[in-house]
Amino acid sequence: MSFAAFADLLDDLYFTNSTLAKEAILSDYLRRTPDPDRGWALAAIGGTLSFDLFKRNLVKTLMEERMDPYLFQLSRHYVGELSETVALAWPQSSEPVRLNRLPDLHEVIDEFTRRDKPGIRAYLVTLLDNMSPPQRWALLKLGTRGLRIGMSARTVKKTLANMAGVDVGVLEKLWHGITPPYTSLFAWIDGNAEMPDISNVLTYSPVMLSHPIDEAADLDRLSPETHHAEWKWDGIRVQVAGMNGEARIYSRTGDDISHSFPDLAATVNWDAVIDGELLVRPDGQIGSFNDLQQRLGKKKPSGALMKRLPAHLIAYDIISENGVSFRDQTLDARRKTLEAFIAERHPDHYTISEILEWTTVDDLRGLRQEAADSEGLKEGLMVKRRDTPYVSGRPKHAWYKWKRDPFLLDAVLMYAQRGTGKRSSYYSDYTFGLWANVEGEAKLLPIGKAYFGFTDEELKQLDSWIRNHKVARYGPVQEVDKELVFEVAFDSAHESPRHKSGYALRFPRISRIRWDKPAHEADRLEIMDTLIGK
Amino acid sequence: MEIREGGFYCVPAECYVDPMVPVTRAVVTHGHADHASRGHGRVWATPETIDIMRTRNYVADETQTTGLPYGQRHDLGGGVTLWFASAGHILGSAQAVFEYQGQRIVAAGDFKRHPDPTCAPFEVVPCDVFITEATFALPVFQHPPLEDEVEKLMRSMRTLPDRTHIVGVYALGKCQRVMKTLRLAGYEHPFYIHGALKRLTELYESYGQDFGVWQLVSEIDRNDKDRFRGKIVLCPPAQINDRWSRRFADPLPTVASGWMQIRARARQKRAELGLVVSDHADWNDLLRTCRETGAGMVWITHGRVEALEYALKKEGINAKGLHLIGIEEAAGE
Ligand SMILES: [Zn+2]
Ligand SMILES: [Zn+2]
Repeated sequence: MSFAAFADLLDDLYFTNSTLAKEAILSDYLRRTPDPDRGWALAAIGGTLSFDLFKRNLVKTLMEERMDPYLFQLSRHYVGELSETVALAWPQSSEPVRLNRLPDLHEVIDEFTRRDKPGIRAYLVTLLDNMSPPQRWALLKLGTRGLRIGMSARTVKKTLANMAGVDVGVLEKLWHGITPPYTSLFAWIDGNAEMPDISNVLTYSPVMLSHPIDEAADLDRLSPETHHAEWKWDGIRVQVAGMNGEARIYSRTGDDISHSFPDLAATVNWDAVIDGELLVRPDGQIGSFNDLQQRLGKKKPSGALMKRLPAHLIAYDIISENGVSFRDQTLDARRKTLEAFIAERHPDHYTISEILEWTTVDDLRGLRQEAADSEGLKEGLMVKRRDTPYVSGRPKHAWYKWKRDPFLLDAVLMYAQRGTGKRSSYYSDYTFGLWANVEGEAKLLPIGKAYFGFTDEELKQLDSWIRNHKVARYGPVQEVDKELVFEVAFDSAHESPRHKSGYALRFPRISRIRWDKPAHEADRLEIMDTLIGK
Repeated sequence: MEIREGGFYCVPAECYVDPMVPVTRAVVTHGHADHASRGHGRVWATPETIDIMRTRNYVADETQTTGLPYGQRHDLGGGVTLWFASAGHILGSAQAVFEYQGQRIVAAGDFKRHPDPTCAPFEVVPCDVFITEATFALPVFQHPPLEDEVEKLMRSMRTLPDRTHIVGVYALGKCQRVMKTLRLAGYEHPFYIHGALKRLTELYESYGQDFGVWQLVSEIDRNDKDRFRGKIVLCPPAQINDRWSRRFADPLPTVASGWMQIRARARQKRAELGLVVSDHADWNDLLRTCRETGAGMVWITHGRVEALEYALKKEGINAKGLHLIGIEEAAGE
């Protein structure tokens, strides 16, 4: 089906407000569109395309070549965003190549992937010359993977689940095991094939997450007979999966980060899925998050770096082994399996998360203080109910996290502003917000501003992230995509009617940039009530 | 010509063009509220515009009116001749042409070059000074053919046949243009319209326009919600998300406006469907028109003045932004 149908779909989804209507529009499109176009459309919307068709910079260059720079700047400033500006203002080539029909979506993808650099450029120009503004917008967003049409991955999976007549949980499990253009998935949905078999595919399994403990309400629930206490290590939560000699390390959001940790991946000679905390171990001791950071995001770490900072896993849980899932077993039962499993691993690479001794809640407070005194190695405590199965998502009263002081929040970056003096060319002042329920809708409300707590290197990274995620401009204030999470530390909070959120933070600073954390998992405004002891 | 508090002032003829405050002598280009206003002593306009002004209560009994059909020359006094040329904007919309001592100044008011079945097409008048608006003066504004936008609406009605498509339109011009184009595209059901659109639609009909069957929403039984499913309801833009729209089954808020091209704007209006329907010239038509008049001087009244001024100067046309105070805010119509 022509690219035009894909562009129509994106427009319809973009402008539709209700989630139900969005689902109806998407499933209607998926039903009447043949393979492989519908699979590519699904990948574009679900954010699972793994490559850019062309670079953003190419788009910019093309525009600069064809349009007066001042008029381009005025236009971009007015529209607030590059892709849409180009889509609307694209100046036709003087002798455009005319296409009799727009290619199909999969033809567009095939062409871009098989062409070299000059070929990509020529093809992009031809397409833009032959498209309407909404089609150009769809192409630019698809090509640079910048598509945001207000449809969450969860809604996409729900739509597919409804089409297949199964529970959304089935799709959750399937989703990471299948790849675009999803022909096996659609064959199953259409009733022409069995459900795709992913038992032989190494995939990410959705993880179990914790709730922050509510000291007033939750402490009474705890006893050593019913709950385990463990350290909450300050590394990154990962899932290490092995099957048939293959190994993958996934971040908690399902990103494959194996390439950054080949030393750990090389130790995987087993078939199992282990949930744990990834850290580094300089000089045989567990290192800090700062140590770990030197290895995060490094695509190909050098031998020297791996030797100085070898990767290490502290195992929390075991999800499956040799094809048997332990998700339905209790934590106690899984723990026994995990102990046996880790006992056979080399202690340089794997240790098991220690079960801490405690009898009273005061013991727990003491342990938490110990974590606070660990110079940042331990973030606090995890308290887990011993009889719970391994449930993906965030089941209530199963796992608690009890973080050490200071107060920390995971907030979402909303606005940025240029700094002054040496920082005047950088976006260095950040406004961040928490999720709140506003008239039945999850909205971010600004909770504070911070100007420091990051290194010069991080400032550069943030500045370039902001420039690539602009939404709208209000005078000097730049609104950005609500996608980046900051861990914000602060000394105290108080109620403030002057702020929209109703709170003001004292001495807020960015304690960490959570590149790994999805924005929807940032904290909710209600957490403030707990923090100020309301 | 000079700029005074009330707007453009033609000194030898002692009259204003589109004044926003009551004056003794006013030339009015068209009936939109940011051009026509009440309380003037004498008004010169096209007969259609005078009718529109009367419908909107802009002319009182004591107001003296002179209706000048397109092309009819008239002595304004002080050696100034006035005539109107069609502007293609709405019914009766005109460019005011002033001739004085061999010089010709054209105040274009609002205008567009895209076809419109409900009004006379724009006429290029060669002149020395051309006074233009700049509402959509940025390269991002390239208005699509109206037929494409109407097809978008028809497609939405096919995909979502159970929903009531509530289209927000200005009462004067936009409403009638959208209705007429829908008829030409084959829409056969009655239009259901908000009371605020009635009188001007009737006025268009008195000038020979045919919109087929339409009915006031207020005349239909409140309990008959399903009557509107899969049909088109027209109302002023402010009503699409307002209490008024609750009387319909599954309303789908739609806005027809030139601003709908900008996604953020459409979202801001909470439109689920944005139809890019503009009564103004887009970027290319603004430039083309300025060129075609052959004017050595272009004055730019309101809108994106900067961009147009810059682009004209680049072409060697002497252009000047006037930044008329007060017009910017009101430039809705
Ligand atoms: Zn106007
Ligand atoms: Zn107007």
